[in-house]
Amino acid sequence: MKLLVCISKVPDTTTKIAFTDGDTKLDEKDVQFIVNPYDEWYALVRALELKEAQGGSVTTITVGGPDHDPIIRKALAIGADDAVRVDAKAQDAYYTAFQIADYAKDKSFDLILLGKETIDYNGSQVGGMLAEMLDLPFVSLGSKLDIADGKATVETDISGGSEVLEVQLPCVISAAKGMAEQRIPNMRGIMAARTKPLNVQAPADVTPLTTITKYTLPPSKAGVKLVDPEHMEELVRLLHEEAKAI
Amino acid sequence: MSVLVFVNPNEGIFPKSALEVSTYGAKVAKMLGVDCHAVTYGNVSDAELARIGNHGVKAIHRASGLDQPDNGQLSKVISTAADACGASVIVCSHDLVGKAVAPRLSVRLKAGLVTGVNALPNTDGGFSVTKPVFSGKAFATERILTETKVLSLMANSIPPEEIGGTAAVQELSGEFGTKKVTVKEIKKYSGSIALPDAERVVSAGRGLKGPENWGMIEDLANELGAATACSRPVADIGWRPHHEHVGQTGVAIRPNLYFAIGISGAIQHLAGVNGSKVIVVINNDPDAPFFKAADYGVVGDAFVVVPKLIEALKSFKG
Ligand SMILES: Cc1cc2nc3c(=O)[nH]c(=O)nc-3n(C[C@H](O)[C@H](O)[C@H](O)COP(=O)(O)OP(=O)(O)OC[C@H]3O[C@@H](n4cnc5c(N)ncnc54)[C@H](O)[C@@H]3O)c2cc1C
Repeated sequence: MKLLVCISKVPDTTTKIAFTDGDTKLDEKDVQFIVNPYDEWYALVRALELKEAQGGSVTTITVGGPDHDPIIRKALAIGADDAVRVDAKAQDAYYTAFQIADYAKDKSFDLILLGKETIDYNGSQVGGMLAEMLDLPFVSLGSKLDIADGKATVETDISGGSEVLEVQLPCVISAAKGMAEQRIPNMRGIMAARTKPLNVQAPADVTPLTTITKYTLPPSKAGVKLVDPEHMEELVRLLHEEAKAI
Repeated sequence: MSVLVFVNPNEGIFPKSALEVSTYGAKVAKMLGVDCHAVTYGNVSDAELARIGNHGVKAIHRASGLDQPDNGQLSKVISTAADACGASVIVCSHDLVGKAVAPRLSVRLKAGLVTGVNALPNTDGGFSVTKPVFSGKAFATERILTETKVLSLMANSIPPEEIGGTAAVQELSGEFGTKKVTVKEIKKYSGSIALPDAERVVSAGRGLKGPENWGMIEDLANELGAATACSRPVADIGWRPHHEHVGQTGVAIRPNLYFAIGISGAIQHLAGVNGSKVIVVINNDPDAPFFKAADYGVVGDAFVVVPKLIEALKSFKG
């Protein structure tokens, strides 16, 4: 089975978010960058498990500049066979999906996996766009994935339960919590990653459809109102009369 | 020109999210001086369709022959309706279906997409919308550069408004393709309120010491008509099911009322719950970081405070 996993670079989950350039850019000072957790923990690890069980190869693809190489090497250290980097700034989801589709269109991948969203822009866009561009079926937010007889069985959480879906390969599937367990790369993996192929490609020509013009931080809370633990009827009163929440 | 909203029935009933997109669409249509249309599918009663009209939609396009369409078919249904009514703005809900359909539509119509929008657009010299980014730690203003725009609306961003209108229903016909993704089985969790839809949520963390202590959390949730949730370590150790895990790497929620009991308030936890309107924190450590993000706080032992709170709620309700 030939698997492609989309990998993106995001600020570490503990990052205190701040902006520069008149609130138009993330302030990257002191920011640690990591592989997007949904791409790494679930999409990549499940792809590796499927390869280990059924044979095949796992390629990763990333749209970004040379500053993305460390996170790509991390994915290789976890176990991907080779990596592709499209050498361009990911301008919006459409631009990014277009680059990935352009690479994948004549490579006959059986399955394209990616995280359900990135933890920076929270878009959930690239997977569905990729599926439409490549004319493939798409299943979003899979929390379990099995492949047998050329078909994928995917479980997704729905409101108040879950549903089991079946889809013919090739297809695109986005990964949510539950699809796999995080893997910590070992020393051998890290050493091997240094010599695995990381192919850099020139981007295809396409214009983005959206642009971010400004960032703002949420208004800070007025401050907590403390209620005496002996007087829970006072908390109930406040929630009813002041907050109007009950 | 028009605004088109996609209203997705759940077993023949329109959920709150459908009324939210109808209200949102009607308001955008008013800003642009056009009508708001809706598109739907399957077997929906006239009474249900009338609710959409009541929320400001003037015409409904329905592909009645479709049963459990997949996201590929739905994107064709919506783009066919968009053609029929000359839609310049298309809005769907930012939920499981919307997240799959909106990106397909964006490509199909070559229309710029912004997902998870939380407010009405700004149409002064362009078309811009805001949405939470960095898991709720910030907001971005995004400008859509194309003639046609696609938006997905974050739940709980706009209250549904009944304005007393009626919508004409017309059949939508077209070539919607074959179904590629089939539903094999649906499993329902017993009894509980679905977390992403819940207006109120009672959440507990490692401070509860063990799964055997969740009885009072469930009692409090019952008293409030709330869903239950938990912090990540609690789900990871298996004290609670994974679908209850909220935060940056779990479910992101925006209820009206969020109770955090025995949860320290780590940045990754806050990221998934900071859209809540009112936050109440119960923690025995006065320095717990969660108090900084709270509206109301109780410094005390959860095992003493929660039973007292349940009693107080009971006597409040009489
Ligand atoms: C990449 C990454 C992603 C993450 N994603 C998430 C996520 O999505 N969601 C999430 O929740 N976490 C996430 N985490 C974990 C997060 O950093 C915290 O470790 C976690 O939220 C802590 O859970 P907790 O508050 O239940 O436990 P603790 O931090 O152990 O806090 C327990 C709290 O209970 C209080 N307490 C103890 N006893 C009592 C008592 N008797 N009465 C009242 N209070 C009491 C303590 O004072 C303390 O504040 C993530 C971490 C990483 C590294």
